[in-house]
Amino acid sequence: MSANAVPSGNTLAVSRRRKRSLANSKWPVLILFLPPALLLFTVLVILPMGEAAWYSFYNWNGYGSPTQWVGWRNYQLIFRNSAFTQALINNGLIVLASLCVQVPLALWLATMISSRIKGALFFRLIFFLPYVLADVAAGMIWRFVYDGDFGLVAGISQMLGVEPPFWLADRDLAIYAILGVVVWKYFGFHMMLFIAGLQAIDKSVLEAADIDGATGFQKFRLVTLPLLGSTVRLSVFFAVVGSLQLFDMIMPLTGGGPSNSTQTMVTFLYNFGVTRMQVGFGSAVGVVLFVICVTLAFSYKRVFMRND
Amino acid sequence: MTDISTAQPIDAASAPTSGQRIRAGTQVYMYVSLIIVAAIVVVPLISTALGGFKTLGELRGNPFGLPTEWQWSNYTDIIVSKRYWLQMSNSLIIALLTVFLTLTFGAMAAFCFAHIRFFGADYLVNYFLIGLMFPAATAILPLYIRIRDLGLIDTYWGVVLPQVAFGMGMSIMLFRNYFRNLPSELFDAAFVDGCGYMRFFWHITLPLSRPIIATVGIISFVGSWNSYIVPLIMLNSESRYPWPLGIMIYRGEFSTEWQLVLAFITLTILPTIIAFFLAQKHIIAGLTAGAVKS
Repeated sequence: MSANAVPSGNTLAVSRRRKRSLANSKWPVLILFLPPALLLFTVLVILPMGEAAWYSFYNWNGYGSPTQWVGWRNYQLIFRNSAFTQALINNGLIVLASLCVQVPLALWLATMISSRIKGALFFRLIFFLPYVLADVAAGMIWRFVYDGDFGLVAGISQMLGVEPPFWLADRDLAIYAILGVVVWKYFGFHMMLFIAGLQAIDKSVLEAADIDGATGFQKFRLVTLPLLGSTVRLSVFFAVVGSLQLFDMIMPLTGGGPSNSTQTMVTFLYNFGVTRMQVGFGSAVGVVLFVICVTLAFSYKRVFMRND
Repeated sequence: MTDISTAQPIDAASAPTSGQRIRAGTQVYMYVSLIIVAAIVVVPLISTALGGFKTLGELRGNPFGLPTEWQWSNYTDIIVSKRYWLQMSNSLIIALLTVFLTLTFGAMAAFCFAHIRFFGADYLVNYFLIGLMFPAATAILPLYIRIRDLGLIDTYWGVVLPQVAFGMGMSIMLFRNYFRNLPSELFDAAFVDGCGYMRFFWHITLPLSRPIIATVGIISFVGSWNSYIVPLIMLNSESRYPWPLGIMIYRGEFSTEWQLVLAFITLTILPTIIAFFLAQKHIIAGLTAGAVKS
């Protein structure tokens, strides 16, 4: 708690009066201000998570109350399900794409935009635009782009005089097509993180490097990059968290298909738990996702962001 | 957590990283790269908007260029349709309710955590922070059952309340950090004058908190306006669908007529794009800084 609440009065009388007025107005405020948030959060976030753990041991269609206890069977079914394995791999691929494509791209663009270049504001605006669009809209737009009959891919194929590919219908390629959309949608956000990171760098360090005769690339590699460490870690953290939640964008693009090749953990939960009203199984998927999220968040913060 | 009062506003143009002028060759290379990336961002959007003006036949032959004959009716038919305005107003109502409750409940709870010492305060803050660690999807089935048992399925509240609940962690976090960094002299002065917590909250804290109210408001508005999974689970009647659900339904209905789907997408994202260009500085700063600090 902050030290603000501790009075440091000049005279005893003032201090005593103040303390009394504080103590008097403290409880009404607590009783009035805390319960709405506390109640809503407990009833709609914490309890459902606890219930998910409970339901996950039952076979239940959601009506009446759960009675058919199945032990760990739902969990066994999840890890035996090849679609879930695919979802785990796909979530991993999204993180990998973020590390190998998104972070370098965002950093590269951020250094250009942060340099003294005309139109920087304009480019920053354009690059951030996909981030404010809804995932569903972005997914639908790219479904059109990738369409081999009517979309932009069809147009490019015509120009090149080749047969148009149908990436979203190809079980080996669909996930890579989706990775492209993920990068398109989110690189602007990561670029903004790097722009903020670059601004926080002490200019005198770079000037010192200038005086020492460092070239632009040397300055970047030896001064800027090491100082951006915390931003890189933050950017990767957001990519990991985002990957674990990815759902809205997949639904208009492929819905998880063809033959489950583009499932993520959340689309798997939706397609196998929600649409079939398999409350027990779906809850078990939720619990697995919860454990993964919390473990990653904790260990990532502990290991990589310890000093940030 | 980062100190909000010392954090710089994000403003790329005013912050060159180097004092040197850029050489002409480097400049050309930069512009070429930036323009290529900008084209990759913009071409799908513009093609979508233009595609809405074409016939299906033209879309097949000419997906990039301007339409030879502008099919205004694709757009006007949607604009005069009831469903478009219904979806927009559904989204707006849900978003406004979500923003209002996220701000009110979040600011109130955060005020307690920032200024009042009470038993268990630290535990309670950490309790709310759990909410930042996992997405609503993890508990979506029990949440559905809870909302059903409360009789809120297929109502706006069935969407609003879960969204507010899952936004509580972010809201409390941002408000608490901001309140704690307000100058403590204010607090001392107010209490010497016999001002209670309630009046302090209303007359001093809130009027000074416009920037953070804007940040939390923008984050929760954009989140709600774009949200898909919670309405998808909680709503059954098309008359209550917000626009992201509406796009999916529309696409299902007109799956063979891409030009209409494109016009529909364009019209549904138009409010977002207009709002973004009008308030870009606030939106970019709000979404970026907000994410970093919570």
